[in-house]
Amino acid sequence: MIQYFKNIYSALSTIAIGMKITFKHLFVPAVTIQYPDVKPQLPERERNRLYVNIEDCIGCDQCARACPVSCISIETVKSIPGEDLGKTSQGKKKALWVTKFDIDIAKCCYCQLCVFPCPTECIYMTDVYEFSEYERENLVYDFVNLTKPEREQKKINYAQFEAEKATQKAAAPVAPKVEAKPVPPVENSEAK
Amino acid sequence: MIYDYLAELTGSGILAAIISSFIPLTFVLLFALFAVWLERKVSAHMQDRLGPMRTGWHGATQTIADILKLLQKEDIVASDTDKKLFNIAPFLVFAGSYAAFAAIPFSSTYIGSNLDLGLLFIIAASSIVVAGILMAGWASNNKYSLLGAMRSAAQIISYEIPTVLVILSIIMITGTLNLATLSEWQTGYFWNWLILGGPGLSVGKFLLIPFMFSSFLIMYTSTLAEVNRTPFDIPEAESELVAGYHTEYSGIKFAMFFLAEYANMYAVSAIVTAIFLGGYQSPIGYLGNLLGISWLVPVEQFFWFAAKGIFFVFVQMWLRWTLPRLRVDQLMAVCWKYLIPIAFVNLIIVGLITLL
Repeated sequence: MIQYFKNIYSALSTIAIGMKITFKHLFVPAVTIQYPDVKPQLPERERNRLYVNIEDCIGCDQCARACPVSCISIETVKSIPGEDLGKTSQGKKKALWVTKFDIDIAKCCYCQLCVFPCPTECIYMTDVYEFSEYERENLVYDFVNLTKPEREQKKINYAQFEAEKATQKAAAPVAPKVEAKPVPPVENSEAK
Repeated sequence: MIYDYLAELTGSGILAAIISSFIPLTFVLLFALFAVWLERKVSAHMQDRLGPMRTGWHGATQTIADILKLLQKEDIVASDTDKKLFNIAPFLVFAGSYAAFAAIPFSSTYIGSNLDLGLLFIIAASSIVVAGILMAGWASNNKYSLLGAMRSAAQIISYEIPTVLVILSIIMITGTLNLATLSEWQTGYFWNWLILGGPGLSVGKFLLIPFMFSSFLIMYTSTLAEVNRTPFDIPEAESELVAGYHTEYSGIKFAMFFLAEYANMYAVSAIVTAIFLGGYQSPIGYLGNLLGISWLVPVEQFFWFAAKGIFFVFVQMWLRWTLPRLRVDQLMAVCWKYLIPIAFVNLIIVGLITLL
């Protein structure tokens, strides 16, 4: 009989305790982040979408070799003498035209291993994480700042230069180096 | 009375009766709109979430969006269901819960039907809900639906006993089953409410107070079980029975069940209010009387009635997000081992006190 009343008491008192707790929580500020309107605070060194500052890229291919999933593919063409490629922000002289710098971000595993070897610190992780696409092809990012015809032109220029050098070599094997200036400096595709 | 006013306005008693019968429906629909939103907000904030936030101010029009969605949904009737019963059931459930509103006094000027057996009528009418739920469960031809319906029937029938025992003790004190008279009887200030022993200043009033509190708790618990709310929600236990008796329903029929549930929640809160907390009576007097504006009094009465009802609906939600679900044996133990014996003892003691 005592147990019976104890049961009633414990039922009522525990319900009261539970209700007190839930009532307190009614006024506790919600932990929800209203996502599209309010972005969550990300950690300082978060690793999200890769970005390449192509102005600083010297085409050294070290990032592509460091990548464990081979999501970076780089192609470069040597510049021909007389072309000025400018300098990187650290004052290094650029010597290669970067004709292809594709990152397949769908493959990327966000390991950041490509960032460390870069001598000019031009490849880095950004805080952008909203980059979903409807087509898988759209996830292959092209970072080169040359247009398609320009890239072709660079390749042709170099091939021409090589060919002329070869013919010169064949014609005059002891030819001085001064004559190695057959093609006028081509900056843009309108030259050809 | 609003009915008389309508009869005078339209010049026809039948037309007035029809319009008058739709007044609680408007109230129920508006209340359901508000209560569904409130439930979601209360549950969310109790769990430190925000709940709906994107439709209007703090998701205020979320329920309207949900209703529009439900209206557009396909009305699926599975091939092996008993089509007639399946189609009638949701409307029967809603009719049952709506019938209870006929005898509930919303203010001194509005009561659907001033029945002398109001309380008995409400208890009888709410049994139609059981029939509807059983119908839905059986006609769905689905084991979960049937289990849910059986549990619901067992639960509602068991918990009607403590409810009726408490109502019996109320009858012994007040001598009436008419909810309007009952509310009128508790007029004045809040110390005249039945939970505080009713009007007057006799020894009996003070002796009654603890027993009225226990009656109130029994009544509230058992009505909570009758509307299938947590912790007594085993008929629609999501984790066991998908959704109980309305598993097979979709679209507007599901909405009817939902509406019936919220209508029921308000109905039982209103009954508890009318019996123990003075119904539409204001606890602190009327502004209308103070200012001498007679039409303000019924409006205030309606406000108090709605406020008390919504407060108890809030407590139902509060309990829902606090307590875990009872097991079937625990559910029956609560009713038969605890509520009914206590209600009996209560009945005897209240009887003795009223003899004083």
